[in-house]
Amino acid sequence: MNLLVCISKTPDTTARIAFKDDFTKFDEGGIQFIMNPFDEFYSLVRAIELKEKFGGTVTVLNVGEPANDIVIRKALAIGADKAVRINTAPTSAFSVAKQIAEYAKDKNFDIVFFGKETIDYNGGEVAGMVAAMMDLPFVNLASSLEVDGAIGKLNRDIEGGVEKVEVGIPFIVSTAKGMAEQRIPNMRGIMMAKRKPLEVVEPVDTVDNIEIVKYELPKEKSGVKLVDADNIDELVRLLHEEAKVI
Amino acid sequence: MAKVDMFQSHDYMLLDELISDENLMARDAIRDWVKQEVSPIIEDSAQKHEMSLKILKELGDIGAYGPNIPVEYGGGGMDEIGYGVIMQELERGDSGVRSMASVQTSLVMYPINRYGSEEQKKKYLPKLSTGEWIGCFGLTEPDFGSNPGGMVTNYVDDGDAYILNGAKMWITNSPIADIGVVWAKGEDGKVRGLIVEKGMKGFTAPEIENKWSLRTSVTGEMIFEDVRVPKENLLPGVQGLRGPLSCLNKARYGIAWGAVGAAMDCYDTALRYSKERIQFGKPIGQFQLQQKKLAEMITEITKAQLLVWRVGTLLNEGKATPAHISMAKRNNVEFALKIARDARQVLGAMGITGEFPIMRHMMNLESVITYEGTHDVHLLITGMDITGLNAFE
Repeated sequence: MNLLVCISKTPDTTARIAFKDDFTKFDEGGIQFIMNPFDEFYSLVRAIELKEKFGGTVTVLNVGEPANDIVIRKALAIGADKAVRINTAPTSAFSVAKQIAEYAKDKNFDIVFFGKETIDYNGGEVAGMVAAMMDLPFVNLASSLEVDGAIGKLNRDIEGGVEKVEVGIPFIVSTAKGMAEQRIPNMRGIMMAKRKPLEVVEPVDTVDNIEIVKYELPKEKSGVKLVDADNIDELVRLLHEEAKVI
Repeated sequence: MAKVDMFQSHDYMLLDELISDENLMARDAIRDWVKQEVSPIIEDSAQKHEMSLKILKELGDIGAYGPNIPVEYGGGGMDEIGYGVIMQELERGDSGVRSMASVQTSLVMYPINRYGSEEQKKKYLPKLSTGEWIGCFGLTEPDFGSNPGGMVTNYVDDGDAYILNGAKMWITNSPIADIGVVWAKGEDGKVRGLIVEKGMKGFTAPEIENKWSLRTSVTGEMIFEDVRVPKENLLPGVQGLRGPLSCLNKARYGIAWGAVGAAMDCYDTALRYSKERIQFGKPIGQFQLQQKKLAEMITEITKAQLLVWRVGTLLNEGKATPAHISMAKRNNVEFALKIARDARQVLGAMGITGEFPIMRHMMNLESVITYEGTHDVHLLITGMDITGLNAFE
């Protein structure tokens, strides 16, 4: 199978988030970056499992600048065969989707994988946009994926149950919890990753069709007030006057 | 009950910038693996004084056996910093787990790779790298610890084999090992290495029980009573104490990194606790005496990190001396033990419980400060190096 896994670089889940330039830009200073966990744990691992079962090639693709190479190498260490980086900073879901679609359109990929969202901006838009641009079927938020001949059989967790979907190859999928389990790269994989190909492709011209005006941080949590168990009147007063919930 | 491992790395002086991307990836992978596989079970394992066979096997899967052994023999082909960061992360989990990987890599695979014949390398190294075979290293004897040159274990020529007699003590993994690299004196009085295999007639390896340290790792004796060891099992490439001491050099280097890991875990635990524990209406981390302890801990950890990074760099360049490695091992283990004791105090009574890893690390480090050259012996190695005068004679 010819499988493409699109991966993003995101801040580590424990990173302290800050903004600069009057809250218009994310401040990357001191931030540890990782591969977007949905891309890594679900998309990449499931693609590798399918390759192990049916043979073929897993290519990982990232839209980003050279600093992203360490994240891409991790995907190769986990088991992808080769990597492509489209050499431009990602500025919007639309422009990223355009870069991916332009790259993938003549490569005959059987399945193009995305994590269901990135944990930084939580847009979850790119996969659907790529599907539209490539005019391919799109299964969103899939929790399992099996391949039977030229058919993909997928489960989607929905309110109160599971929706079973069948789709002809080629198609686009966004993956959610349940799709696969995290694979930690072993030391031999990490050393082999150095020797796997990482192709750098120059971007096509795109435009951003949205503009981010400003970011805001959530209000800091205030301290906990402990009220004596016997003092119900004080509890009611606080809930009414300070918390304003009753 | 399995607990969530809250560990967060501390890099006060941005020393990660000194480490290559692939070695950082290796460190993070081992850290993830320890959080996933070791932390949930290790406290229970230590309380019960049981070694986990699952961990022993998985260390092979993750590539912690022989990461710095050539790829052609099943190793990882990594450099010495890569080996170091792996040892750091394993010991961040538990010294017993790190000891398994140290022994397999530096005391079993290293001598076979360096001093073994091509046939020995092909026969043993691939299976040791996957963990299919477990190895041990027999040097210390009941009456010869800091003075290995006095060993009495010996072998004599008997046609197509050597007849091995003697006993070894304090041997990590010996009761479960498939092979042992055993150092013994030949008829000429020179020390040589022999590969002894499980099942050879006359070879037994009883376990040393009831340890209060390294309770997740099995330790034993090795007893040889007229054991016939085929001549092809002699390591051809070395004779004299230089052989086992070169192995110990490699292992001590890994221990110096490992001690940083144990210290980091104790510091991280104490730092978090100091911000959460309220006394006299404020977090105890706000009290000056607690801040003094924490400030000294991160300072010593940072110095220890720099020391092992420098020794690793010298090893990669072929310039590290045994005295360099000795200093790093002694310093880092001594301060790791001090950090464990201070961290235990920050946690007060909670520090003695199995709810936190500190007491386990502290008890482990009492072995680590003793094995592979005691603290005192390492002081004398540095002393001899700087004065030119030998305190051992």
